[in-house]
Amino acid sequence: MRHGVARFVTGFLALPVGLYLFYVVWPFLQAAGYSLTDWGGYSDRQQFVGLDNYIRLFSDELIRKAFWHNVFFLITVPLFTIALALFLAFLLNVGGREDKAGIRGVFGSGLYKVIFFFPQVLSLVVIAVMWQQIYRADGQGLINGMLMKIGLVNQDDPITFMYDPEPFLGVPAVLWWLLLIAVWSGAGFYMVLFSAAMQSIPKDIYEAAILDGAGRFHTFFRITLPLLRDTVSVAWVYLGFIALDMYALVFVMTPSQGGPNHASEIFASVLNFTAFQKGQFGYACAMGVALAIFTILLAAAQLRITRRERIEY
Amino acid sequence: MSTVTHTPGGLAGPDQAPPPGRTPAQRAAVGGGRAGGRFFNGFSHLFLAVWAIMVVYPLLWVVMSALKTDAEVIRKPLSLIPERLQWDNFARAWTEGHIGSFFFNTILVLVGSVFLTMLLGSMAAYVLARYEFPGNRVIYYMFLSGLTLPIYLAAVPLFKGVYNTGVVLPFLGPNKHLMLILVYVAWSLAFTVFFMHSFFRTLPTAIAEAGMVDGASHSRLFFSVMLPMAKPGLISIGIFNVLGQWNQWYLPTLLMQSVAGEPKNQVISQGLIELSVNQGYRSDWSGLFAGVTMAMLPVLIVYIVFQRQVQSGLTAGVSK
Repeated sequence: MRHGVARFVTGFLALPVGLYLFYVVWPFLQAAGYSLTDWGGYSDRQQFVGLDNYIRLFSDELIRKAFWHNVFFLITVPLFTIALALFLAFLLNVGGREDKAGIRGVFGSGLYKVIFFFPQVLSLVVIAVMWQQIYRADGQGLINGMLMKIGLVNQDDPITFMYDPEPFLGVPAVLWWLLLIAVWSGAGFYMVLFSAAMQSIPKDIYEAAILDGAGRFHTFFRITLPLLRDTVSVAWVYLGFIALDMYALVFVMTPSQGGPNHASEIFASVLNFTAFQKGQFGYACAMGVALAIFTILLAAAQLRITRRERIEY
Repeated sequence: MSTVTHTPGGLAGPDQAPPPGRTPAQRAAVGGGRAGGRFFNGFSHLFLAVWAIMVVYPLLWVVMSALKTDAEVIRKPLSLIPERLQWDNFARAWTEGHIGSFFFNTILVLVGSVFLTMLLGSMAAYVLARYEFPGNRVIYYMFLSGLTLPIYLAAVPLFKGVYNTGVVLPFLGPNKHLMLILVYVAWSLAFTVFFMHSFFRTLPTAIAEAGMVDGASHSRLFFSVMLPMAKPGLISIGIFNVLGQWNQWYLPTLLMQSVAGEPKNQVISQGLIELSVNQGYRSDWSGLFAGVTMAMLPVLIVYIVFQRQVQSGLTAGVSK
């Protein structure tokens, strides 16, 4: 019997663990190893340089820039996406008519949910290629074309979107335009998530509140929002990962994948540039390890901050 | 606005129906509400409709632009109604733009990778969730740690590893479908194991014990009792994996490179990136729009048909 269990366990685990070790764990370990060398990637010549690559990270101007851009996305993507998603979910669930049964959802909320969810099922690449056309810096682009038609934008002076490194509120404009895409594609998904969470709140809590004379704004801010805390914090963690992963948009949309003039560089784009354009694989691996450590610390911090006593109902 | 908001809600799922227990007459009696409530109701509709248009309009614009001639795309970029429907844009994108072969490669890879991800992922998750043995925790945390590590970190060694494997076993080298399948499976395992692990934990033990008493072997118990019981979880994680792997672009861009000058076996996301970069030189706008349309319509249609499953599948993926 015991022998059978051992054989069964090994048999079931062998293939998945083997694949995982070979294609995921081993590359990560190798990367950590290369980060201590000056390997160029194309030759077999490599020298152990200790922590030099890591020390170099701190004085690298490009890395510092990319770091702050990552931090920008890390703050703004969850903030704006969650705010908009909550607002939409609020309208959807309490925007309807009021009657003795309480406040109901808005008419057609099912259809809205289906539509708002669209961007979630599209691939990031499709979204990027599509927005590239929307953001075109001439009258052929959707936004420029519209604004020119109603006379808000001069024919000879269109909005340059992806080619605009000018800072707005201290952050290059191109990053704000990328942020808009991220919020556009994420809001619907989190709205559905929040909506589902709102609907799982028992109705009698609301009934009690309405009996006490609370209006829809009061019930939302005093009851719904506090009870959604768990869901919102989970959303925050997930959006944090997405924010670190804006690379697809930067890769497809910005000039020379991080441009103009490095105005939209993020960690991942600098890493790719260093590894494949500059041929400094050892140094690129050090960036990757730093990014991994940063991600893990961040995830741990977020989980700690957002953890609170659960409210059971 | 009205066309968007008041289309008969054939798509609306049953859970969106207003709370039961109220006849139309009753509703009419109290339906007036306060003036503030009515204003707020109007505002809600307006804002929701504006956002709905912001989501749908760009998609519609892309589909409609795909049906224009190149000249029309440049001359009248904004119009939603093409002068004449140019279906041959699609034919051109399918053959000359290679969208056809992108689709073929994507489907070939996905059939294998999704099936294997589900099978291997639930096998590993089941054993880790249900059997005590030394090393159990270590293996579980090893899978878990893969969730936080950025894929870019592993890029260079991964490519090197695949390249070296290809020297010994050519069918597992760069630009091979089977290699991409195995890489997809390996990279999807972390989340699949994590998700299914928590799912198998929640299944009751009584049924498994009954099966053991009846003399079922461990693997028979898994395939004919536990796996069918885990069906809701399998559907969720299945949808998650299909979409995730369909949308994957970094791994194929890295690994489906031609090493000996043979044509690349590109998947759809990877191919679209190349198409969008190259069209800068050839300026085949309508072809590009057609390519994007063909990449997004199948997913959108599948989503609209199975919208309830997709929504709950994806949100379950987050809330677990």
